[in-house]
Order: sequence, then C-alpha cells, then structure tokens
Amino acid sequence: MSDATAKFGAPAKVPAWVNLILIPLVNLLAAFILSGAVILIVGDDPLQALEVLIYGAFGYPDAIGYTLYYTTNFVFTGLAVAIAFHCGLFNIGAEGQALIGGLGVGLAALYLDFMPGWMVIPLAIFAAALFGGFWAYVPAYLQARRGSHIVITTIMFNFIAASIMTYLLVEILIAPGGQSPESREFAEFTWLPYLHDFLPFPNTPLNLSFFFALILSGAFYYFMWHTRWGYEIRVTGQNETAARYAGISPARNIILAMVISGALAGFVGVNEVLGVHHRLILDFSGGFGFVGIAVALMGRNHPVGIFLAALLFGALYQGGSELAFEMKTINREMVIVIQGLIILFSGALEHMFRPRIESLFKRRKATATAEA
Amino acid sequence: MTSHNTALELRRVNKWFGPVHANRDISLSVDRGTIHGIIGENGAGKSTLMSIVYGFYQADEGQIFVNGQECRIDNPQASIKAGIGMVHQHFMLVDTFTVLENIILGVEGGARLDQGLAKARKELQRLEQEYSLEIDVDAIVGDLPVGLRQRVEILKALYRGAEILILDEPTGVLTPQEADHLFRILSTLREQGKTVILITHKLREIMAITDNVSVMRRGEMVAHVATKDTNREHLAELMVGRSVLLQVEKTDAHPGKAILQTRNLNYVDADGVQRLKDVTLDIRAGEILGIAGVSGNGQSELLEVLGGTRKPTSGQVIFKDEDITHSKKFNARDLRKIGLGHVPEDRHRSGLVLSFSANENTILGYHDLPAYNKGTTLDHAAMISTCEEYIRKFDVRPPNPHLQASGFSGGNQQKLVLAREMEQKPDVLLVGQPTRGVDIGAIEFIHNQLIRMRDAGAAILVVSVEIDEVMSLSDRIAVMFDGEIVGELDARDADETRLGLMMAGIREKNGSPHAQQDETVA
Repeated sequence: MSDATAKFGAPAKVPAWVNLILIPLVNLLAAFILSGAVILIVGDDPLQALEVLIYGAFGYPDAIGYTLYYTTNFVFTGLAVAIAFHCGLFNIGAEGQALIGGLGVGLAALYLDFMPGWMVIPLAIFAAALFGGFWAYVPAYLQARRGSHIVITTIMFNFIAASIMTYLLVEILIAPGGQSPESREFAEFTWLPYLHDFLPFPNTPLNLSFFFALILSGAFYYFMWHTRWGYEIRVTGQNETAARYAGISPARNIILAMVISGALAGFVGVNEVLGVHHRLILDFSGGFGFVGIAVALMGRNHPVGIFLAALLFGALYQGGSELAFEMKTINREMVIVIQGLIILFSGALEHMFRPRIESLFKRRKATATAEA
Repeated sequence: MTSHNTALELRRVNKWFGPVHANRDISLSVDRGTIHGIIGENGAGKSTLMSIVYGFYQADEGQIFVNGQECRIDNPQASIKAGIGMVHQHFMLVDTFTVLENIILGVEGGARLDQGLAKARKELQRLEQEYSLEIDVDAIVGDLPVGLRQRVEILKALYRGAEILILDEPTGVLTPQEADHLFRILSTLREQGKTVILITHKLREIMAITDNVSVMRRGEMVAHVATKDTNREHLAELMVGRSVLLQVEKTDAHPGKAILQTRNLNYVDADGVQRLKDVTLDIRAGEILGIAGVSGNGQSELLEVLGGTRKPTSGQVIFKDEDITHSKKFNARDLRKIGLGHVPEDRHRSGLVLSFSANENTILGYHDLPAYNKGTTLDHAAMISTCEEYIRKFDVRPPNPHLQASGFSGGNQQKLVLAREMEQKPDVLLVGQPTRGVDIGAIEFIHNQLIRMRDAGAAILVVSVEIDEVMSLSDRIAVMFDGEIVGELDARDADETRLGLMMAGIREKNGSPHAQQDETVA
C-alpha cells in the first residue's frame, strides 16, 4: 500500500525488507561485533578470526561439504520449530524428538535389514517421522486436551528421551561384546548414500538427507500457505478465538502441528544415524534441536529464511571448528561463546533493536506524508 | 486570549502516529465550572486528544494551558499535578483491593500503609458527602457493579485533587438508569465549580448534560457550539460531514416460520457460573429479533451457543424443525454448511485474523468449501476474486484484497466480516454488535444491508448494547438480564424507559418473560 492511499486510522507499517533482511542483519552484526570484542580481549585479531571462520566454512570443497551437512540438521529442526510457531506453540523439544526419531531409524536399520536397501531406507525415514512425531504427540495431547504447558512438557520430554536412549544403548541395543554405549554398525546397504558416492566430491558427511531437507522446505511452504490444513494451523496460531469461531478445532491443529514438528525434528536422525554414523550412538542430536529455535526465529518461520539461517549456523559450526584448530587462543569453548552470542542476539534479543529501527522508518514515512 | 475563567485551553495541537495525522491543529477552550462535551465518530481523534491532555501521549506540536498557565504535560503525573483527572473507558482498578486501597494506590503517603489509609478515609468521607457518591469505601472493587466502579474512578481522580475531570465514553457499560445517576453526579461536580470534559459518540448524552460541545471529525475540530443552540441532527451532520438518517427506514416485517428456536436453554461456564437461564426464543424468517441488555448479561454466551462454539448445558436448540442439540451438526463448521451465518460481537477477537490479508479472511470458516479448494490446494485466485466481489458489494475501502485486515478501519473490517457471512446467503444470521466501533456512514449501510436481508426472508438475531440500535433495527425485542430473557415485546411498543427497566432486571408484571403467545405463527 502506498503512502498516498494510506487510510486515516491505518496503522503505520514498515517496509517488508526491514523486517525480513535489515533487522536480522543488524542483530547478526551486533553479535559479530561483540564476538570481535571478546576475541580482542583474549588477545587475538578479530578480523583474522573472521577470515579463518569464513574460509573454514566455505573456502574449499571439504569445508562446503561439512557446512552443508550441518545445515541439513538445522533445516530439519528449524522447520520443526517453525511449524509449531505457526500454530502458536513453542516447541523446545526438537532435541528429544530428534533423538527418538533417530531411535526409530536405528531400530528399522537394525531389525529390518533382511529386506533390501531400497525398502529399508524409506522405512527408516518413515520410522524417523513416526517416532519423532509420537514423541511430540504426547506433549501436544497434554497441551490440547489437558492444558499442560507445551514448553514445560517438551523440556521434560527431552530429558526422558535422553534417558531412554542411554538405557537402551547401555542395556539392550549395545553391540554384542561392545565396550561403549552404541549399537552394532548397520548393514552397509542400508546406509544413506553420500554425495561423494555418486558425484565427484571430496569425502564429507554430506549425504542425500540434504536434498531431502530441500524437498521438505518446499513441501513446508506448500503446506503452510497453499492448503487448508496449513491455513487452519495458521489461524489457530494467530487467533485461537477466531479459529473456534470458524469451526476450526484448536486442539486438533495443535496436535497436528506438533506431530509434524516432531516428525521434522526426527529427520535429524536420518542425517546423523542413517547418513553418517551408521549406528546408534548417544547424543547424536548435538544441540541441533535447541539451535533450531534460533534458526526458526532468524528465518522468520519461512523456509527460505530458515534455509539461510541454517546455512549461517552450519557455517558457524564448521568454520568454528576450523577456528578452534587454527588460532591458538581460540578454543572450542570460545567458538561456543560466539555461537551463543549469535543465538542470543537473533533469538532471545530479537526485539532489542526492532522498536528503534521500526520507529525510524515510521517517522521517515510520516514526515514524507506530512510534507506531501 | 485566555480569560481567567478558562480551565483548559489547547492551541494548535498536532499529533501524528506514523503517517496518520490523528490530531490536526486542534484548538479548544473549556470554561471553568462547565460540562464540555467532545463528540465525534470512532477514530475521529477524541481519545487521542484527551490522552495528550492527560499525558499518555505527547503532542508533536502545540501548547496546553491550564488555568491560563502554559503546562508541559509529559506524563500522567504532570497532568495530575496540574489538577487534571481522567476516568478511562476501561477502568484502571485492582479488583481484589477495597475501594479505599484502590483510591490511595500510588499516593499511599509514606511507608506505613495504615497511616495513609486513615488519612484517606477521612478525606474520602468528606468527598463522598460533598458529591453524594454513595459508595462503601471498604467494599471489594471486584464485587461492585460497573456503575459503582466508575464512581470509584471518579473518587480516585477527586482524591488526587482534580479540578478538571475527563470522562472517556463513560456510559458504554451502563444501563440508562446508571447513566442518569452518573449525570446527576456530574451536575453536582459542576455546581461545586469543577470542570468536566465528556468524551462520547452518543448524541443523546451530549444534549442531556453538556453546556458546550466541540465536534471532531477525522482528526480535526470542526465546530464549537453551545449545547442550547444546537440539536441532535445538526451535531450528527457535523460529525459525519453530511446529513444522516438516525432512524432506520424500513417497512413492516412479514415474519414467517421460526427457523432457529431455543427451548429452556441453559449454559453453565467452566467456573460454574450460570450464564444462560431457561432461554426460550424463536427466530423467525423475515424478521429481526433484537436482544437488548447491558453487556455481560449472557448475550455473548447466547450467540456463542447458537453459533456452535459452546455446548449448552441443557435445553434444546431447534434448527429448521430439527432438534440439533445433540446432533453432530451442532458445531460452528457444520452449522455454516446448513445455513447459519454468524457475525461475532468482537471482530478483532473472533471475526478476523488481523495479521492475515483481507482475502485470507474472506474464507475464514468457509475455507473447506469446494469453491475455495482445488483438491488439496487452496485456490488463491478464487479467494481473491471473491474478496474483490465482497469489497465491491460492500464498498470496503481501500479496495485491496491483499491488505492486512489490521490495515482497514473498524467500519471496513466490520464490512468484511458482514460480507463474508451474508454473501453465503444463510437462512439464519446471528449478528453481535453490528456497528460497534463503526462510523455513522457505515452504520447506515450495515443497517440497510440487514434490513434487505430480512426482506429477502432471512431470520436475523441482532445483539447490541446500543439501545437505539436495537430499537430502530428490530421488529421484536427481547431483553436479557443475568442470563434470562426478562421480557419480549414488539419493537413498536418499546421505548427507552420500558427497555431500561427491563435491562436493570425489573420484569413487567403483566408480560410473561417468554413470548409463548407469539407462537401462533404457522
């Protein structure tokens, strides 16, 4: 809507690019400046660190492979958190749902390997969705029908998931005669093909899950904005009273959104378990579920934004390890500090700069109208 | 210039909200010891102006004089210091505190509460007697009826030494009798030399109580007149900028069969409060049944039960001769399919998803109709063209189906909701507060649409807290009090006093509460 047609009483709006691009960039910049200050304090050169970080993430084919491999996980968890957000829910449980999703993958690969690979792999992927979805279903049901707060229950379910995995890997699924809590290796024909298996590409963990994540991003967009089910979820998330008035059951949509969310988070298991480790191990979810919250926030719950944010975090993970390796004063913990700062600014402090930036644009627009 | 008889003067006050020029060069002068009305449509800038005077907002330009002295009012504290008190539309009281505790809130006077309370008690007794406010200072505010809560607000302002009292839409929640009592209090205040500024959009109140009146339209002050030199029609014309019909023009109704009926409908909410008591109503084809009542007396629950969003506790709902009380069809989604439209009372809370575009709101509740779907895919082209059609038929402005619902003014939002529910041609239309927060031009349009739909044979239930609206729109009026229908009468026999008494819960001796005698219609 142009200024000329702005109706009396219409709320002032800022241009879309401010919200979608400028504010995330300002947040990111603030995080980098603060990280630079921290690096300066410990006695290193921030610009050199940035250079190492970027080179480490994108500088050579291996680096790109690793970056995209991490990105894959962040796309899954970012989409998972986003669909819950669209329904007005804060899914803190992507971490646990990823673990249980991985359990499903592992069970399928371990016990269905009498079938050929082309059957086991889809079944394992399906199991990831089923198990992850189930792990989200329970908190969703409790929220929808009993009013237990989803934040609390999903946090608790993360602990339960971790405990279950430890128990199973120590007591039941542990490889016969094994010393560490991990299952036996899956039969090789059940492994998800690596990119380097069929493309001239260096050996990296990047596997077919990456393309699966891209397909799901597209499907996510179609589902959210082009189907009546996505519409119902969005109505529920934006205005539950309006949903009820329109005959849309909030309870049903809360459960639906959370089950899809859990299934998406469960696909982390496909990338990690079926794609890379080829066995069930402890803690393969590696915090991806939690970072997914920052990814979704930064990506504005839109698949394109989520992909870009996931790429950023993938680059930070990969470039960060490189940084810890290359620069003597920067260790692994320091890299986590930098990641933490980015999560802090783009997640928790999302709204710190927003009011100022928005008022800046609103005022500019106002003066323009007043002078016109 | 400023005479010493002027309590409050504004000179060329300007205020922008983003691109919106909410107050444009406002000048206003209020004489001491008078009641000064400020009238205008919703969104005309009245509340903004008074918020500037009270220090909630700062004017971008302009000066404020209190008792001839220029004042900088940057916050409500400064305004209280200057002797200005405000009674808000929505009360700012702590429900669990007593009247006394509420009044000293923020002016406790020292660390020891008991001393402050004792001092306040003495002062309040004086104030109460002086202005005959009749209020028990030890009552818990949550237990008081709204009329009394409002008096607590007035007392609060007086206790803080207010010489100028601003009341923002004070009668919105009051029965006519309570409003009369409020006006008596205001007259007493005037006699004691206080200055009262009354913000309202109700012409009746302005004529009844004020000495002078200022009219605002679209952010500007368009007229200052002495109340005795004007009349309702003239003020309405000033408010809208053209002459308007205050009375809906309609022919007599030709009621047909009852399409939606309730029999001894009861509804008890989750807290165990009985919201509907034995409600028996017939909503007949070709007739508008109006429900009058002070808000909060079960009207909202009635609409929600009939709309299918709440399950009645007992009783029957009969739709087109079929008892649907226990039917699977008795939910919001299926009721729409079998011919029930519902314009909810609160378009922001229920009628619209404000962050969605107009065209996405066009399908709310109808989103699974084949017209809007191609297989699993939502048909965006159909949504947009339908929305464009509604916009054209209902003259929604700006005519942009992609604009966020929050970007339309109240009247245009209401038109979007009405269009959505009316254009499906339902047999029964439930309408809650058809014109709340809607400007006069749009009110006329909405009323005419409802009449047209009635004449086309639809059964219409209108719930409104505006007694004028119920009287002018309805063919038959039922009055609700405390969840019950206390009376039902032909609109031609209704007048404000009769309805007002019923709204206060006083039954008429001869009239039966339920109009069973009306069931003679075939």
